[in-house]
Formats: sequence, structure tokens, C-alpha cells
Amino acid sequence: MSSLPVYATLGEKIWHYLFRFICGCIFFFLIFPIIVIMPLSFNASPYFSFTKEMLSLDPAGFSLRWYEDFFTNENWLGSISNSFIIAIFSTLISTFLGTLAALGLSNPRFPFRTPVMAILISPMIVPLIIAAAGMFFFYSRIGLQGTHLGVILSHAALATPFVVIVVTATLVGFDNSLIRAAASLGATPTRIFFQITVPLITPGVISGALFAFITSFDEVVVVLFVGSFRQRTIPWQMFSGIREQISPTILAVATMLIIFSIILLTTLELLRRRNERLRGITPS
Amino acid sequence: MAQIDSASNIEQPLTTADGVPLKVSLQRTLRRQKIVALSLVAPLFLFILFSFLFPIGDMLLRSIDNTIVPSELPQTTKLLQNWNEQSGELPNEAVYAALAADIKKGAKSKTINRTGKRLNYEYSGFSSLFRKSARRVQRLKADKVESYRKELIKIDKKWGNIKFWQVLKRESGIRTASYYLAAFDAETNEKGEAVFKPENERIYVNLFGRTLLLSFFITLMTVLLGYPIAFLLASLPTRISNLLMILVLLPFWTSLLVRTSSWIALLQKEGIINDFLVALNIIDSSNRLSLIHNSTGTVIAMTHILLPFMVLPLFSVMKTIPPDFMRAARSLGATPFTAFRRIYMPNTIPGIGAGGILVFILAIGYYITPALVGGTDGTFISNFIAYHISTSLNWGLAAALGALLLLLVLALYLLYDKIVGIDNMKLG
Repeated sequence: MSSLPVYATLGEKIWHYLFRFICGCIFFFLIFPIIVIMPLSFNASPYFSFTKEMLSLDPAGFSLRWYEDFFTNENWLGSISNSFIIAIFSTLISTFLGTLAALGLSNPRFPFRTPVMAILISPMIVPLIIAAAGMFFFYSRIGLQGTHLGVILSHAALATPFVVIVVTATLVGFDNSLIRAAASLGATPTRIFFQITVPLITPGVISGALFAFITSFDEVVVVLFVGSFRQRTIPWQMFSGIREQISPTILAVATMLIIFSIILLTTLELLRRRNERLRGITPS
Repeated sequence: MAQIDSASNIEQPLTTADGVPLKVSLQRTLRRQKIVALSLVAPLFLFILFSFLFPIGDMLLRSIDNTIVPSELPQTTKLLQNWNEQSGELPNEAVYAALAADIKKGAKSKTINRTGKRLNYEYSGFSSLFRKSARRVQRLKADKVESYRKELIKIDKKWGNIKFWQVLKRESGIRTASYYLAAFDAETNEKGEAVFKPENERIYVNLFGRTLLLSFFITLMTVLLGYPIAFLLASLPTRISNLLMILVLLPFWTSLLVRTSSWIALLQKEGIINDFLVALNIIDSSNRLSLIHNSTGTVIAMTHILLPFMVLPLFSVMKTIPPDFMRAARSLGATPFTAFRRIYMPNTIPGIGAGGILVFILAIGYYITPALVGGTDGTFISNFIAYHISTSLNWGLAAALGALLLLLVLALYLLYDKIVGIDNMKLG
């Protein structure tokens, strides 16, 4: 399929190009909604569509007013700091607990591995609305509903499965003879951990932490129920913005979030390559 | 003696340097390793238990919880046990006197209205009945009351209606099945049997049906759109396919709300697609297409959002199919279509199964996108769970609907585990 053989019949040639055209359309469907809101966020008028001035590339049709609105509006500014506070703390908790658990789970003699693993990754399996409902009921009973701590704990619970899975995957390729070699050379267990294990698993831990960060940063269902206005995050604010008074400020936020996710995606890819290089696997 | 010594030396097990038998020492080390491993996992295990599994368990308990009625009306519910609800007669004077006492106590602590609200889910009229009774019962003077039955019926005729007493007796236990009955659009009739509500009052069975139908349709769309591009990505040289993969991964990594809001910008009445079609004179400006706030909007936006979850497993399966298979089929005289249908396609079934179940599971639990673009006929069961939590405040029903959805998802996951294995779940 990659290239057309010389003996291809006319029908095959037509199909070959038709197929590529169809694939092109599907790729367009995937990427167009993400590309299109970038120029739209510079709209000078409060519409969700291109104006005549924009289409004729008249500078009067473009403005930064929605970005200005974002950076001067108290609601949005509060949501930025909330988003970062919640994401950072829940990332710290989930990365710490998840990495420890992954180290334990990688022991081949670990008892009841399958049921324990099933419980640990259950937050990833259960639909968010159910997790949100359960946490809302339980956290309001113990007074954590509507507090930063409640949202941080719930996000940490949602993010740990990603950390466990990513770090466990890193440990699968871990060469245990390195530890034995170090031990036979007289290193203490603590020294082995910090000088052998830690450097080797760090890329995995960092990608796990990035997954955890994104999970919390993007999460909206749980924060809608467990949080309140004081815990509003950027997605919370976007959700209520779309529901109540829809303004192109949302498109400006969306554009910045897309750029943010491109940066994260690149970081993850670089980490993956570094990880493979460290473990002596040539990138495919 | 020396001979015996050397003989017993051979019999003796191997020992480590400090004289402990090797077997014992090894066992000790292994046990220590096991304990270390367990204690590494324990903190996360406890954390998940507290912050995630307890809440889910709490929700399951709430879906059958009815403690409010027996705790607010302790004497009445106790005495009602001796009353035969099928006799067609109202309860005796003692029950009415107990009810008056319970209501009086509840009115003082201002908790009686909660009971009324709880029973109102079962039979409408209870809420106003309890409010009214609470106000008037306080004014009754114990020494002047001849018959509590007469007084209560004077306060509100409903206390003379046997239907209200039947409901009260049915809901006098600390557990109730009524939320689950409501979730199946059923109710209890006079004879105490569970029957379906009249056709025009059924909501949830249809809603579950619609959630499943739309999710199935979305899954089908992701297969139809995901299959060609996964095939293309798997057959192109790695250098090019890696570049094209960005087009799949970027939407995957972009915030859900970003994608939903861009679909709103594209699909709404004054949106880009309608403007474009009007500009090309394909449609008239007065009858723009309604692509959003209905099930069309939900299907389009969710197909886009879930498509990467289909492409990624398909791609990883297709990568493992050797290209020789197709070449061999062709060289044996198969047409390209036959070779594809008989050789390639059957090899990709595991990928379709894995991606399909994953997309389906994610779709039936979706909340945000249907809530924003679904309007009225594109909403899912999760939107009603949210509605009962934050608007109607019928938490018991929300919990019952949630428990049913959870059951459905867990059943699907078992299927997924059978086909692919949860451990094989890949990220990105």
C-alpha cells in the first residue's frame, strides 16, 4: 500500500488514490476542529464564526481582546492558580504513591498480584460520573466537599493508575543483574536504590507524573461535583462559560491549552526516546 | 568418632557463612522481600481504598438506604408492622397517636420535612402532607384530643386515604428497593407487586436504551473512520507514519473541553459549517441546519473525541501483521479485495474488538460532551445522574442509576479483559 507497484491495473491505481483521499479526509476531520479555533480566537467581534473582515485579512477584523479579557478577568485568573495548585499537589501525591507501588508490584513474588492491580487501576475503569457521584456523597459526609483538599485527593486517586502503569512498564525492562552486581561490589541497599534504580526509572517516573498532571489539569467532571466556585479550575470555568454566557474568551483559552498540550506531548516523546536509549533499545 | 563426624557432615545441609542452613536463610530473604514489596504497595492501596472505593461503596449503600423513615417515625413504623395493609381498613387509633407524637417530635427538631420529601418520591402528596401536619399537630392539646385518628384526618384528608398508609408501611424498613424500581421505571402497586409504570411515564429504560444505541453508533463510526487511517499508518514507512501519527495524538492530548467548544463553534446555527454552506448557496440562510443540541451533535463530537482510542489499538494490531501474508495471497491468485477480506481483515479482528469495547465503555459513561452539545435528545444516562445530584436532589435515585451504569461497565470490562487483558492496556 505504501507505494504503487509498476504492474498495478488502472482500477488499482484509482483505488490507491481514492483511498489516500479518504484517509486525507479523515485526518482533516481529526485535526480541523483543533486548528480552526486558533484564528477564531483573534476575532474582533463576539461571534463564533469568521467575519467578512477576517476572511479578507483586514487587520480591523482581528484583535487580542479575548486574550486581554482572559488575563484581566478575576474568574479566569482565579481558575489558573486553582488549576495549577490542584494539579501540582495531586501530581505529587499520585507520583509518590504510584511509584512506590510500582516498585513493589514489580517483585515477581508479589502475592495476589492480579486482584491488587485490578483495585489499583480501578479509578481508570470506572466512568468519571460514577466516581464523581460517589466522591460527592462520601466527601460531603466527611466535610471534604468544596475544599481544595477534597479535589486534590480525588484527582490524585484518578491519576495514580496512569503512574502505576507507566512506571511498571519502565520496570519491565529493568535489568536486575545490575542490582546484584552492585550488591556484590559491596553497595548497601540504600546506595543501590539511589545510584542504580533511581536514575534508571526517572524517565518513567517523569512521564508518569506528566500523565498525572494532565489528568488533573484536564479533569472537569469530578471537580464540578467535589469542588465549588472556590475550587474552580480552568476546565470548570470553561464548562460553566459554555453553559451560561458563551464568549470567544473560551476560544482564547482553548488556543492556549492546545499550545500547552503540544509542549507536553513533545516533552513526553523526548522522554520516551531518552528512556529507550538509556535501556539500550533503539527507537523503532 | 572421626568417621561418624565426617559422615554427619555430608548429611548436614549447606549453610551460609554464619552457620544458618541455606534453605532457611533463603526463605528468610524471600519473606523479607515479600514484606518489603507489600509495604511499598500498601500506602497506595489504602489511599485508593479511602479516596475511591469507599466513596463508590457509599454510593451503592445510598441506593438502598431508607434509614430516614424509621429513624424519624420510630413509633409509627414499629406499630405499623402489626397492621395488615391488605385488609382495606385504616390503621387503629394507637398508630395515629404514635404518628402524631412522631410528627410533633420531628417538627420540633425541624427534620420532619426531610421525611416528607423522601416519601414524596414514592407517592406525590407526602411532602405537603407532612408540612401541613407538622404545623397543625403542634397546636393539638394532648388532654383535649378524643381521637387522634379524627384529628389527623381533620388536619388533612390524606391521612384517611389507605394508599398513603400502604406506602408508609412499605417504606418503613431501613432498606428500600424503591430507587431501583424507579430506575427501571417500575413502581409498587396496591397488592405490593412491582409493575412497570404507564408507557408515557417511562424515562430511564428508554434513556438506557438511547445511551446504548448512541454509544453503539459512535463505536461503529469510530471503526469506519479509524480502520482506513490505522491501515494507512501501519503500511507507510515509519518516518512518514510517525509524522501522521501526530494528527491522531494531538487531538488525543487536547483537552476535552477544547474539542467540545470547537465543535460548538463549528456546528451551531451561526457557526462555521452553516456559514460556509450558506456562502456556497447550498442552503438558504433562513433554514440553517440544526447540527447541535441534538443527538447529531453528540454523535459527531463524540466520534471525534473517541476516534484516537480506536486508531491506537487498531494500529498496534495491524503493525504485527506481516506484509508477506497479503503478498502470498496475491501470488496465489487472490484479487486485492479477496486477499483483504480473507487474509488481512480476520487478522485485525482482535484490534477491532479491543478498540470497539474500549470506545463503547468510554462512550456510555460520557457526561461533559452530551451535556454541552446534546440538547434534549442527545443526552446520556450520566446526564440524568448529574441532574438528580445537583438539581432534583433525589440522591437515592442518582445512586441507583449510577450503580446500574457501574454494573454495565464492569460487565463490559470483563469482556475486554477476556479479549485483550487489562494489563495490555497501552497509553498513547
